[in-house]
Amino acid sequence: MPEPEPPKDEGAIAPTGTGGTMDLATSDGAGLEGLDQGDGKGPDEKARSLWSDAWRDLRRNPVFIISGLIILFLVFIAIWPQAIASGNPLSCNLSKAQQGSQPGHPFGFTAQGCDVYTRTVYGARASVTVGVCATLGVAIVGTVLGGLAGFFGGFSDSILSRVTDIFFGIPVVLGGLVLLSVVTSSSVWPVVGFMVLLGWPQISRIARGSVITIKQNDFVQAARALGASNSRMMLRHVLPNAVAPVIVVATIALGTYIALEATLSYLGVGLKPPSVSWGIDISDASKFIRNAPHMLLWPAGALAITVLAFIMLGDAVRDALDPKLR
Amino acid sequence: MRAATHAKWAAGALAVALTATACGGGGGSGGGGTDGVLSSSWGDPQNPLEPANTNEVQGGKVLDMVFRGLKRYNPKTAKAENMLAEKIDTKDSTNFTITVKDGWTFSNGEKVTAKSFVDAWNYGANLTNNQRNAYFFGQIDGYTAVHPDSGKPTATTLSGLKVTGPQTFTVKLSQKFSTWPDTLGYAAFAPLPSAFFKDHAAWLAKPVGNGPYSIDSYTKGSQMSLRKWDNYPGPDKAQNGGVDLKVYTDNNTAYTDLTAGNLDLVDDVPASQLKNAPADLGSRYINTPAGIIQTLAFPYYDKAWNTPDAVKVRTGLSMAINRKQITETIFQKTRTPATDWTSPVLGTSGGYQAGLCGKACDYDPAAAKKLIADGGGLPGGRIQLSYNADTGSHKDWIDAVCNSINNTLGNDRACVGRPIGTFADFRSQITQQKMPGPFRAGWQMDYPLIQNFLQPLYFTNASSNDGKWTNAQFDKLVNEANAETDTQTAIKKFQQAEGVVRDNMAAIPLWYQNGSAGYSERLSNVALNPFSVPVYNEIKVS
Amino acid sequence: MGRYVIRRLLQMIPVFIGATLLIFLMVNVMGDPIAGLCGERQCDPATAAQLRSQFGLDKPVWQQYATYMGHVFTGDFGTAFNGQKVTELMGTAFPITIRLTIVAIVFEIIIGITLGVITGLRRGRPVDSGVLLLTLVVISVPTFVTGLIVQLLLGVKWNVISPSVSTAAPLGELIVPGLVLASVSLAYVTRLTRTSIAENNRSDYVRTAIAKGLPRHRVITRHLLRNSLIPVITFIGTDIGALMGGAIVTERIFNIHGVGYQLYQGILRQNTQTVVGFVTILVIIFLLANLLVDVLYAVLDPRIRYA
Repeated sequence: MPEPEPPKDEGAIAPTGTGGTMDLATSDGAGLEGLDQGDGKGPDEKARSLWSDAWRDLRRNPVFIISGLIILFLVFIAIWPQAIASGNPLSCNLSKAQQGSQPGHPFGFTAQGCDVYTRTVYGARASVTVGVCATLGVAIVGTVLGGLAGFFGGFSDSILSRVTDIFFGIPVVLGGLVLLSVVTSSSVWPVVGFMVLLGWPQISRIARGSVITIKQNDFVQAARALGASNSRMMLRHVLPNAVAPVIVVATIALGTYIALEATLSYLGVGLKPPSVSWGIDISDASKFIRNAPHMLLWPAGALAITVLAFIMLGDAVRDALDPKLR
Repeated sequence: MRAATHAKWAAGALAVALTATACGGGGGSGGGGTDGVLSSSWGDPQNPLEPANTNEVQGGKVLDMVFRGLKRYNPKTAKAENMLAEKIDTKDSTNFTITVKDGWTFSNGEKVTAKSFVDAWNYGANLTNNQRNAYFFGQIDGYTAVHPDSGKPTATTLSGLKVTGPQTFTVKLSQKFSTWPDTLGYAAFAPLPSAFFKDHAAWLAKPVGNGPYSIDSYTKGSQMSLRKWDNYPGPDKAQNGGVDLKVYTDNNTAYTDLTAGNLDLVDDVPASQLKNAPADLGSRYINTPAGIIQTLAFPYYDKAWNTPDAVKVRTGLSMAINRKQITETIFQKTRTPATDWTSPVLGTSGGYQAGLCGKACDYDPAAAKKLIADGGGLPGGRIQLSYNADTGSHKDWIDAVCNSINNTLGNDRACVGRPIGTFADFRSQITQQKMPGPFRAGWQMDYPLIQNFLQPLYFTNASSNDGKWTNAQFDKLVNEANAETDTQTAIKKFQQAEGVVRDNMAAIPLWYQNGSAGYSERLSNVALNPFSVPVYNEIKVS
Repeated sequence: MGRYVIRRLLQMIPVFIGATLLIFLMVNVMGDPIAGLCGERQCDPATAAQLRSQFGLDKPVWQQYATYMGHVFTGDFGTAFNGQKVTELMGTAFPITIRLTIVAIVFEIIIGITLGVITGLRRGRPVDSGVLLLTLVVISVPTFVTGLIVQLLLGVKWNVISPSVSTAAPLGELIVPGLVLASVSLAYVTRLTRTSIAENNRSDYVRTAIAKGLPRHRVITRHLLRNSLIPVITFIGTDIGALMGGAIVTERIFNIHGVGYQLYQGILRQNTQTVVGFVTILVIIFLLANLLVDVLYAVLDPRIRYA
């Protein structure tokens, strides 16, 4: 049963979950570590061609284009919500509590009588901020620690790997409950900080694996033989090549961090008012699911579409960067 | 019951007699329909189930079924009535002579005597036993020796308690307290069998008391099965075969289970389901007043709230809250806008004064805005209302209160809720005086006396005076009231003291809380007592 | 192999100590739990001090940790604030959560792998695109939303299941909660299997097998599946610990009195002993599951040899 054409493959994405698994990538690391860096070409040239190949691929991938457009739109309303919502998300009138759609208020009202449409639009900012900042933090911490462990190997690697295991062993939702229950600040930073604290091992393992693979390549060995310093080798040769799998996993993880924020809100430890976030609204609405499902539907829908967009983007980027599938 | 029957047969002549009664009762109930066991929602008790160690509703529920004390609060009128007490005599409001009724036993057969009470109280008061409610014995002479503020206790028993006969004992208080006997219906004053002291661990695993129910099995953290105690000597015998208390993490789930027919009784209908309750349950939804008042307290240790002008801000905030709308929309009328600082369950004869708060509790945005401006505005331009976010529907009403204030002031960030993740942390921030603004204060009465609504909350350094409010005039009036031997004069004095609370707007009264419950078609004669606990023993199961 | 397992077990010791220390410190950050024990009133200072010393909270953190670990090695996990032995709570909670996790994993294996194989063999067809889209949707919707909707529809509106799980939590009642718990992982397993099958389907050994004239189902089961399942098994193995810890949300929705419930309760009451005890066991399960996966790896893939 020959398959007619194969090359596009949505690979398995990093299993990161809202139900408690931020964990994962064990399986997926395996595929990514195998990034073929091979055959004796110069590192810069190789890197360039990897990235430009990927870009050429992505431009023609409808999944990438659609998810990219969704994300651009999200970023746009996160920065400038007033563009499409004229109301005030904090202005609420209890006499309209739980009412459905009406002129000027297409999505109806929340249990406090706030406009669901306005809050859904404004909610994008907190969710996107949490997702982007947590991902950046996780990617930086994870790449640095994992990269160092992979690069130096030996004793420091053993230590760092054990530390990674330690943080891996703590269930994420549980850690969030414990750490965030004491937070009373309404800013996004405690939530972001917590995600970085418990999320970095995922990236760290991948970065370590890919650094180890790359380190053994001829061009790195050649640079070493030529007497390049450790820092030069790391920055010029290893890092640019090791970063591809990190980007793939990080993009997918971004979506799951946004969903995680909602789960934390549901458990009462997510963002705090007067922040406006989908997580807060979903969790408030979940109690009224029987009477007024519209209060849950819109923010949950927005959240799902956002998460979906980032996961699809990550999938597309992964396909483009993984030469085995090309 | 069958196994127990066999065991008793083997025990001897006395036991034969007992068994005969038990069998008779069992046979009768089989035909009479009292066999029915109902299931009821429950929360895991926070503290060990000892009477002097239980200070929240969930543990209190069990104690209410398993224990009977000297007094019992009438489930309808909240009046303290003699239960095990034959009589409680005093001439000077300081020395009391208590006679315990003859003929009561614990469910393990042991007789309830004066000693059962004195031993229990001594145990409860003693610092080394870690009893959370030890301060209930604080009025008894010798308390500071068994429970010093610091250091080790110098005595193991209260010098104010003396057993004077098999069924009588005397109590000496350290100061006059005319209505003290009325406090004796509180669970902390329950008697304890000698088994409690002999094998404490075994008792804790399966508490034994003298109430209408005995504990059949207890799966920690998930379910407790209580069964009717057939030989219960009291007048308020259980009208059903027993109660299975099932732990629910979320009262929403409990309510859902009730509507799906998996549960017979929910004694706390969540705010989000109140709207559905009349339609789902019809007449099987009850909503009755309870001795609970919700207020907003202020951190008087913060200079900003302790200025002479701040009373205007506090009054202004009170007038900025649309109590009627919030109680109707968020709480579906299971709360009543408060107009004083006590509770309607006291009744006017007990000291409740409707309308005491006057205009200050009426919603009047224009006046509110002006008062707040006159008082110098909100400290720092905005306030944060702190509350614990782990239980109940606090978030819903705090958000509503804030929106009401914000709409009044025309500033959408004037008031924001400040959720604190856990109750423990909430209490700990209060204790350490770290509240950055007004905070949720709820008070559920321990016993139906006006004293209980005022003294613990507003007396200088009282245990629940969370805002550290202090007023010499108030303290003086309360002391005078406690020393009065005549109850009505005492109540008048307390009402004067309440007037001081009003004039200073020491705390903003929000609403009186009702108990709300729903039950299945199998049940009838369901009611909540003034403590919002179901009167289990009267429930009939068909 | 034996030496490898022993080395791995030895490596677990520092990880175990580190993880318990970490959670111990985290719970400690939560602050003073005593204030919450006295209801809406201040504990009198003497009782508070007494309680603090009873639970060892008056000692410095490192000493509390050392004492605690000392007790743990003798099997004493301490006592919750309401006087219940933590081991007793574990005795009722773990069997329930283990049942729930087993249900979830069975779903992952049966549904996830089946869908993965079907889509992997029919790449590009409508069934493949449909399932793929479905997995994306499942992954995008947070578990608690899925759980609440399932509970509302099946439990309340259509009365197919009971909306909550009874105290005994028999297997039958855990099927729907187990499915909810498994949903996200299920989607991952499907995608993982699909990729793996598709990749191996193009490999030489499959072509050879087909060329030999072996029947199709034999090629799939004997050759294709065996090789394709390695990454899937790795994932499921690492997922065990995550599922048990992640059950907090599912257990809360369906009122299951398992590990998640006890942990949630323990955290709300800042009950160090309960939280640390349960997490300690979860960490051990997580570590052992990972070890098991690596050993299985060697069994399934003869190319891998552990020294």
